[in-house]
Amino acid sequence: MQKISKAKLYELFDDIASKQTLYIPTDREAGAAEYRKYESGMKLTKELNTVRSAKDFFFPQTENLAEFKIDGKNIEVRDIREECEDFVIFGVRACDAKSFTILDKVFLCEPVDSFYKNRRDHGTVVTMACKRPAETCFCKTFGIDPTVPGGDVSCFDDGESIFFLANTDKGEKFVESISSFLEDGDTDKLMEVQTRAREIMGRLPLAKLSTENFGGDKLNEYFNSDKWAELSEACLGCGTCTFVCPTCQCYDIKDFNTGHGIKRFRCWDSCMYSDFTKMAHGNPRLTQLERFRQRFMHKLVYFPANNDGEFGCVGCGRCLAKCPISMNIVKVMKALEAK
Amino acid sequence: MQEAMIKRAKELLADGSVDRVIGWKRGEFTYDITPAVFTSAEEIDSDFVCDDFTAANVSKYLVKETQKEGKVLAFLKPCDTYSFNQLVKEHRIDREKVYVIGIEGGPKLDIEKIKAKGITGILSVKNEDYTLRIETIYGTQTMPFYEAVLDKCASCKSKKHVVFDELIGEDGDVLDSNRFEMVEKLENMTSQERFDFWRDQLSKCIRCNACRNVCPACTCENCVFDNPKSGIDNKAPADSFEENMFHIIRAFHVAGRCTDCGECSRVCPQHIPLHLLNRKFIKDINELYGEYQAGADTTSRAPLTDYTKDDCEPSVVHERGVE
Amino acid sequence: MNNDTLIPKIGVVTDIRQDTPDVKTFRVIAPEGGKVFEHMPGQCAMLSIPGVGEAMFSITSSPTNKEFMEFSIKKCGCLTEWLHAMEVGQQITIRGPYGNAFPVEGDLKGKDLLFIAGGIGLAPLRSVINYVRDNRANYGDVQVIYGSRSKDDLVDYQEIIDEWMADPNIEVNLTIDNPQEGWDGHVGFVPNYVKELAPSTSKTVLVCGPPIMIKFTLAGLKELGFKETQVYTTMELRMKCGVGKCGRCNIGNKYVCKDGPVFRFDQLGELPDEY
Repeated sequence: MQKISKAKLYELFDDIASKQTLYIPTDREAGAAEYRKYESGMKLTKELNTVRSAKDFFFPQTENLAEFKIDGKNIEVRDIREECEDFVIFGVRACDAKSFTILDKVFLCEPVDSFYKNRRDHGTVVTMACKRPAETCFCKTFGIDPTVPGGDVSCFDDGESIFFLANTDKGEKFVESISSFLEDGDTDKLMEVQTRAREIMGRLPLAKLSTENFGGDKLNEYFNSDKWAELSEACLGCGTCTFVCPTCQCYDIKDFNTGHGIKRFRCWDSCMYSDFTKMAHGNPRLTQLERFRQRFMHKLVYFPANNDGEFGCVGCGRCLAKCPISMNIVKVMKALEAK
Repeated sequence: MQEAMIKRAKELLADGSVDRVIGWKRGEFTYDITPAVFTSAEEIDSDFVCDDFTAANVSKYLVKETQKEGKVLAFLKPCDTYSFNQLVKEHRIDREKVYVIGIEGGPKLDIEKIKAKGITGILSVKNEDYTLRIETIYGTQTMPFYEAVLDKCASCKSKKHVVFDELIGEDGDVLDSNRFEMVEKLENMTSQERFDFWRDQLSKCIRCNACRNVCPACTCENCVFDNPKSGIDNKAPADSFEENMFHIIRAFHVAGRCTDCGECSRVCPQHIPLHLLNRKFIKDINELYGEYQAGADTTSRAPLTDYTKDDCEPSVVHERGVE
Repeated sequence: MNNDTLIPKIGVVTDIRQDTPDVKTFRVIAPEGGKVFEHMPGQCAMLSIPGVGEAMFSITSSPTNKEFMEFSIKKCGCLTEWLHAMEVGQQITIRGPYGNAFPVEGDLKGKDLLFIAGGIGLAPLRSVINYVRDNRANYGDVQVIYGSRSKDDLVDYQEIIDEWMADPNIEVNLTIDNPQEGWDGHVGFVPNYVKELAPSTSKTVLVCGPPIMIKFTLAGLKELGFKETQVYTTMELRMKCGVGKCGRCNIGNKYVCKDGPVFRFDQLGELPDEY
């Protein structure tokens, strides 16, 4: 496999960044990493993952859809879409890379969401294999092997070098474009690193969590479960879980008067919010119980029902770490399963 | 203390003094604790926990709990009792429906501070004479207890319970805390430095509303930011101005009612020090109207809703704003 | 870049009819004339006034109308108030068509049809009724049972009197909730009227109206011997995108905007009771 010595990694970053925009996960403060546009001198984080997921690159928190110019009774619709510039995201974890394939199922099915597709077409995803999973990790539950991440290019760190493996045509092109930095490398040590990481995965506290009791055929069994009342009791109805989640993709569409016209934008929305389904004449989800249930039913039952058994969760553990009241999908799964 | 709490909770449930108990429920790991309502001795025995991680202030849940039938036992830390009192004062909690047991306060731990040390794969955290012994998948680690204390506990304002029906352990005193240190630092900045500080912090906001929803002073039935008729019900800031204003408007709205419980900053997924906005108001109120602590009692009149001839003139805002 | 369904087109309002005290019917065409897009009966469109809001409305005109589309809209919120205040010539934005349709070219073909509507619930059914009238040979008996609070609240009353009731090929039964001067027709709630009329169970039923009316009508139909597989309805939940992506209008795993709004009652029965 082709590799680069870790000592030369930032030279490579400088080179990539001179040709196209490069994003890397870097420390914003101790313990909190985020993706930032790479500039010389910036360092990769030592954190396992970023606080916000990588979905922002393809489905940003807000984006403009169209503009309107109003003149008396007339309206002019302005299509403000522009072809996105090529960009590279480096260091995406296996869970986040998998989340893109889940988002694809929503945004790339007919009718294709051109805003999402535009970014997806122009973004090259370079993933990084995990070596030190956290206690909150449970990607294995969803069939993900974090030592062999997906994306256009997979990277592996054996301690001394970073190995590059192209998975797609886009990935081939990327590896080709950096070939002057790469040399052939021996993967013996890498195999050891992988074996060790897999062994750790097996010892994680959530290693035994399974999806076998969930799926599209469990609708009635779980929708009417009496566990929802207790599970949702302390829920604050905030959007933290939704917004840090790499697979949550619900959105709202809003208009904003800029003073010189109307800007129509979409922004992340959360099924946990009280007004999510509110209509002028009523609301089918009146209490937090229904809203809370929706989020988990969607991930564990509805999504697989519509997507050949694929679950709407990748086990990244962000909601486990960030929920203000520490209620999360793992606790929900365990409670629902317990007969 | 946990044992004594469990014992009392079961006694009060058994003799019918209370119908429910609000406290904290143990999670999957050592630190992921959820506020919970218990209705039976069995539930309490298996799940009730009170330890270094039970930082959540359960006062706000009592708004909902006291709308139900029956009486609820609430375990309140000193800081929580201020929130409780303030909610009683605002007629949001029915005092008659709550039996308050005051319990010892923190300092409680912030798991994020432990993780920020690069400690991961955490299996257990033990306080051994103010050194934390942390068992992880990757081996044992140690760190000083005080380096992992929550910000809100590091600047604790009071160990005194301002309301209780009974106490487990000793009552403490109002502390001479250092809580305005950072506010003073911000006050001493130039307006540009201060603007940059807050822009940097507020630009991290993901508008998840965790700060608002956890805040015991935010109990509006329909928040202005959720009301389509307000014209500012955006779920995401349309521009940086809105990004700034969300938190500033919120700070204004809770001014004079915020007890400085620190929950806003504790729950912020982006670590924005939101409590500093509230503390600035508290400090200003203290300086302009005399010392006032929201929630210290349920009867006194709050400076911002009470007119006296000695009140400062509105021009003070302008005078103080001059650099 | 290809067209994106989220970017709307312009529609021009060419006629506004005050149907009831709180319902107006708007005629919409493309700026260059003709319809903005084609649709099938039961499908919906997103109408918007930029800066005010955007919402989903069923298209009440029949696809057989080749000149314009019509929307019957009840005043009940911010956007609809604005729409009601419009004058002829006003432009709006429009996108669609969204959702499935009543199976007029499928299961309904060759069947005896019974339409049951309450209040503004006539709007989506009117599209089907006029489609059926324009393709009359393809369908069996056609009966319409329509009721409202009062005579003044019957949407499209003039069209019902002038065209439907004058059409020997369809039977129209009207009812109002309470007696009213100048009304010599039937008085009583729709579900009761359906039971009184006791239509033949050989008919396929299309029902639309307020949730409470639908609930009691369905119960009445069952008493008469109708099966859930014979009864269709159309749903309404809050929608934003119209294409099953924004995530809010689901009932179980079905999105009303994409998999609906038309559902057969046996299909609805398999979904959670959350609508």
